[in-house]
Amino acid sequence: MRNHLLKKSTRQKFLSRAFCALIFIFLYAPIAVVILFSFNVSRRNILFEGFTFSWYKEMFSNGPLLESFANTLIVAASSTSLAVVIGVLAAVAMFRYKFKGKGFIDAMLYVPVVIPEIVLGISLLASFAIASIPLGRITLIIAHTTFSIPFVVFTVRARLAGYDKSVEEAAMDLGANRLQVLTGITIPIILPGIIAGAVLAFTLSIDDFIISFFTTGSKSITFPLKIMESVRSGIRPDAYALSSIIMLVTFIVVVVSQLIAYRTSKKEKL
Amino acid sequence: MGGAVFKKKNIPLFAMISPVTAWLIVLIAIPLVYILAISFCSTNADHNIAFHFTLKNYIRLFDPTILGIYSNSLIVSILSTAFCILLAYPFAYVLAKTTPFKKTLMMIFLMLPFWTNSLIRLYSWRTLLGKNGYINEFLVYIGLIDAPLEMMFTRGAVILGMVYTLLPFMVLPIHTAIDKLDTSLIEASKDLGANFWQTFKNVILPLTAPGIFAGSIMVFIPSLGFFFVSDLMGGGNNQIIGNLISRQFKESYNWPFGATLSIMLIVLTIVCVRLYTKSGGKLDELGNI
Repeated sequence: MRNHLLKKSTRQKFLSRAFCALIFIFLYAPIAVVILFSFNVSRRNILFEGFTFSWYKEMFSNGPLLESFANTLIVAASSTSLAVVIGVLAAVAMFRYKFKGKGFIDAMLYVPVVIPEIVLGISLLASFAIASIPLGRITLIIAHTTFSIPFVVFTVRARLAGYDKSVEEAAMDLGANRLQVLTGITIPIILPGIIAGAVLAFTLSIDDFIISFFTTGSKSITFPLKIMESVRSGIRPDAYALSSIIMLVTFIVVVVSQLIAYRTSKKEKL
Repeated sequence: MGGAVFKKKNIPLFAMISPVTAWLIVLIAIPLVYILAISFCSTNADHNIAFHFTLKNYIRLFDPTILGIYSNSLIVSILSTAFCILLAYPFAYVLAKTTPFKKTLMMIFLMLPFWTNSLIRLYSWRTLLGKNGYINEFLVYIGLIDAPLEMMFTRGAVILGMVYTLLPFMVLPIHTAIDKLDTSLIEASKDLGANFWQTFKNVILPLTAPGIFAGSIMVFIPSLGFFFVSDLMGGGNNQIIGNLISRQFKESYNWPFGATLSIMLIVLTIVCVRLYTKSGGKLDELGNI
């Protein structure tokens, strides 16, 4: 009987492992293709015909590709910074005060999260049209800030949920002014929430295609838009090379930061 | 709290809350109201919006071509959601039951693909699924098929693309639901003589249903609009609602009809989210936070 149970559990273990392995193969097979074909001799991504590093050199002479990537980074950095400032102020105010219209702001914050991106994209396009603002980098930054703000507010608010207000009061009693309380106490405490929100906003911005598609002009192309543009003529392996480099960098950053987060959370529990 | 305290706090409150309020009103509320308004308008010969009331755009929704795209889109989205549940549930279950270290590791590797551009990841499926691609070659080699299959640019490929892009959004809420599950209930069910399937059907599944519901909304709603997935995987033959909307704004310049199609998507979203919150679901789960 005991032996039978044991057998079943090892079988279950095997099945669950095999299943998870298949999921990861599904998720990573296309990524493996991107990395492998960035070293391919042929410029067509059909069969692997031989190993070369040349696309990694070629990449640096592909002006439009690099330009689109630089633009993506500028847009992501600007929209994330804007969203962090607006979002952190909003989250702290909503946590600390009761006021009229709080319910409205709260409800409005869920709109960009829940409605399909395409709807947000076309409504932003329409609003830029009414205001007759020409589409370009500025409109792109405004659009990205719009979908980033809620994520910053939510992550900061989650961090504030376990925040003891009496610390602030104690600081005030000891003579600190509001600004000193904000920069000396509130912000350091919510910093992990701010970082999490900023990372989320930055990655959403870098990967965004749909909203950028509607809210930018031909002079301010981002990396995802550039990829879509080159699909018709076939994506060249230098775009794969650039993607592989981005992947390597983010892989290291993500794994290291997550492992640090895991270790600190383990220490906090102890 | 006394009134005097509140008044003293008014100035910093105003300074902190006005940027977000202005932003939300100017860039979300007003544009959405504008979209609603122009959905009742028509276009003139220069593709400009003619501001007089008409229901023309709403009547056009019943046009056979439009209905055809709607039904294709709904089939794609329903099947994508179903496949996501089937793949995500067991995965989330393992994730919730494993050791903290393995869980962290699995979470990292689940989210990591997100840091790579989704268009490039979708595009590289062509190398795998194409007629001369590796999957076809493998299937012919092991003798499962005689000739290569046409896998790219089919409805199946679009569904695969949707599942591929949206799977993590199904895993996370289901994982949260399983994680919150009171294990003593499962033990009680086992003690009372139920086997795994009985326990699963009568205890685990009903208790984790809110997670499945949240995940389904997060897969179903975006998949109606993800036109780049159908562009890359369906090659123009498998249009979804997103393609239709995008075309009105970027090609045929019929903004009022595009607005009408968007309003329909908003209505559908509101219905889904209402059903979800009515059944006790929390909005935060939909934001994945």
